[in-house]
Amino acid sequence: MNWELLLHQVLAGLATGGIYACIALAVVMIYQAIDHLNFAQGEMAMFSTFIAWQLMNWGCPYWVAFVLTIAISFVGGLAIERIVFKPIHDAPILSHIVVFIALFSILNSSAGWIWDYTIKDFPTPFGTRSLIGNGLISAHDGGMIGVTLVLLALLYLFFRHTRIGLAMRAAAANPESARLAGIRVGWMVALGWGMAAAIGAVAGMLIAPVVFLEPNMMIGILLYGFAAAVVGGLTSPGGAVIGGFAVGVIENVAGTFIPYFGRELKLTIALVLIVAVLLVKPSGLFGRSVVSRV
Amino acid sequence: MEATPAAIEATGAATPSVVRLPPAQAVIGGITLARWRQLAIIACVIVALVIPFVVKNFFIFQLTLALVYALAILGLNLLTGFNGQFSLGHSAFYAIGAYTAAIMMDHWDVAYYWTLPVAGVVCLISGFLFGLPALRLEGIYLALATFALAIAAPQILKFSPLEHWTGGVQGIVVIKPDAPFGLPLSSDQWIYFFTLAVAAVLYVCAVNLVNSRTGRAMKAIRDNAIAAGAMGVNVSLYKSLTFGVSALYTGIAGALGAVVAGFVAPDSFTFTLSIQLFVGLVVGGVGSIPGTLFGGLFALFAPNVAESVSKGLAGAVYGVILILVIYVMPSGAAGLVRLIVSKLARSAR
Repeated sequence: MNWELLLHQVLAGLATGGIYACIALAVVMIYQAIDHLNFAQGEMAMFSTFIAWQLMNWGCPYWVAFVLTIAISFVGGLAIERIVFKPIHDAPILSHIVVFIALFSILNSSAGWIWDYTIKDFPTPFGTRSLIGNGLISAHDGGMIGVTLVLLALLYLFFRHTRIGLAMRAAAANPESARLAGIRVGWMVALGWGMAAAIGAVAGMLIAPVVFLEPNMMIGILLYGFAAAVVGGLTSPGGAVIGGFAVGVIENVAGTFIPYFGRELKLTIALVLIVAVLLVKPSGLFGRSVVSRV
Repeated sequence: MEATPAAIEATGAATPSVVRLPPAQAVIGGITLARWRQLAIIACVIVALVIPFVVKNFFIFQLTLALVYALAILGLNLLTGFNGQFSLGHSAFYAIGAYTAAIMMDHWDVAYYWTLPVAGVVCLISGFLFGLPALRLEGIYLALATFALAIAAPQILKFSPLEHWTGGVQGIVVIKPDAPFGLPLSSDQWIYFFTLAVAAVLYVCAVNLVNSRTGRAMKAIRDNAIAAGAMGVNVSLYKSLTFGVSALYTGIAGALGAVVAGFVAPDSFTFTLSIQLFVGLVVGGVGSIPGTLFGGLFALFAPNVAESVSKGLAGAVYGVILILVIYVMPSGAAGLVRLIVSKLARSAR
C-alpha cells in the first residue's frame, strides 16, 4: 500500500467532494421544502451561473454580481413554482417528475441558445494558489468547502430556530395539518423553490471556476450530488455534506487502488458502493426512517 | 386483444385521484362501452395492418421503433403502474436484451427470431436478481439504485476486457433481415409486421397477466403492501418476480430494437433512454396498458417534432410540449380518455 498516494487521492477526493457536497445540500434543501427530488436543480444552478457571468461581463464587480445573482435566482425559483407547478399541484407525483424533466430540457437548451456552447472561464474570489499538498487542494477548493459549511450552519439555524423555517418544515411534512394550523402551504412551497434556486446559484458560482462554465456543466455533478444526498439521508443536510465528501473520496480512491478495472469503472464502483450502503441503511447514513401508521 | 376491457377498468385505481371508468354496460350514443372498446381495438388493428402499405419506408421504420418503445414502456408500466415500484434503470435491461440479440447474431449466426426468447430469459433472470436487493428500497432510494444501473450499463459495455464480445465503443452491426418465403414486402415492412406480431402476443399476455390472480397480487402490493402481506400474498416473491417480468418485456423490446436499428452501441443505451421510457410511461398513463402505445409514439415523435419547430431551441420546445401535455392530461392519455368517457356516460344517462 502506497500511503502517500492514498493521502493524495483522499485530498483530491475531498476537493471534488466539496463540489458534490455543495450541490447535495441544495438537493436536500428543496427535498425538505417540496418533498420531491428536483431533476432540474442542476440546470437552475447552471442558468444562475450564466446570469452571474453576464452581469460580470457588463462590468459588475464579483461580489455585487454574486448578491444580485442570488436575488434574481430566488425570484426566478419563486416564479417557476407559481407559473409552472401551482396549476398542476394535485397531479400525480410521476407527472411532476415529468415536468422536472421538461424544465431541465428548457433551461439547458435556452442557456445554450442564449450564451452558446463554448466553454467560458469563471472567476474565483479566493485565488488559485495552493493551500495543501502541492496543488491538491487550492485556495478556491478551501473557500468552496468553507462557504458550503457556513451555508449549512445558516440553514440549520433557519430551519430549527425561526418561525418561517418551522412553517416550511411543517408544510412539507404534512401539508393538510399545516394548512389547518394556519400556514399558507402554497407560499411555503414557493419559498422553498426560491431558496433552493438561491442555494443552487451559490453552488453554481462556486463550482464554475473548477469545471468551467457551459450549459452541460452540471449534469455529471448533479448525478453525484443526488447520490451524495441520498447516501447521507435526504432528511439530513449535514448528512448530505458528509455524503458529498464521501462520494468524492470513494471515486478517487477506488479509481486509483482497485486494480484492473478501477480506472474505467470508477463511476460504477462509486454507485455500487452507494447502493451497498443503502441496502444496509435503507434511508441513508444519517436519515430518519419514516414510520407510518397502517 | 379481446380481453382489454377489464384491464382498463382495473387500472383505474393506479393513483387515488384518477377518475374511474363507468361500468362496461354503460351506454354512450346507443352502444355499450364494451362494444365501443371492441370497435376501438378493431379500428386500431386495421390501421396497424394497412398503414405500412400507404406510407414511406422511413416512416415505417419510425413506427416500428415506436412500437418497440411501446413494448419497453409496457415493461416499465408492469413494474411502476401495476406494482408501484419505480425504475430509472430500464435502459440497462433494454441494453442487455439488445446486446444478447446482437452477440448471438454476430458470433453464432443465430437467426434474429431465436434471439428474442433468449434475450427475454436473460433479462428475466437479471431483473429478478436485481429485484431481490431492491426489495429493501422504496421510492427515491429505489430510484437511485436503478439509476446506478442505468449509469453503469454503458460503462460496462465499453469496458475493454469485454470488447471481444461487445465490440467496445463501436458496438456491433447487425444485418437487417429480409422478408422470408419470397413475400413481396420490403425489409422495413417485414420487420414492422414481425414487430407487430411479437408486440400483439406480448400485449395479450400482459393483459391476461394483470387480470390473473398474480396480477391482483401485484396490484394489491402496489395499493398497500402491508395489507397484501396480511392477506397472504408473498410480497417479496411477487415484487422480485414483477421486476423480472418487467425486465423480460423491456429486454425483448431491446432485442427487437437491435434488429430494427441494425446496430447496437453503448451510447444508445444511456440514462437518456431511461428518461425517454419514463416520459412515455407518464404521458401514456401510469397503470394503463393501451396507454403505453400512445407513450411509445410520444417517446419517439415528440423530440422529432420539437426539432422540426426549431433546431437551436429543440430542447426548449420539447420541454414546453411536455409541460403542455401534463397541463392538459395530468394523468396521461389514459386518464384523459377515462375522463371523457365518464363525462359522456353521465350525460347520456
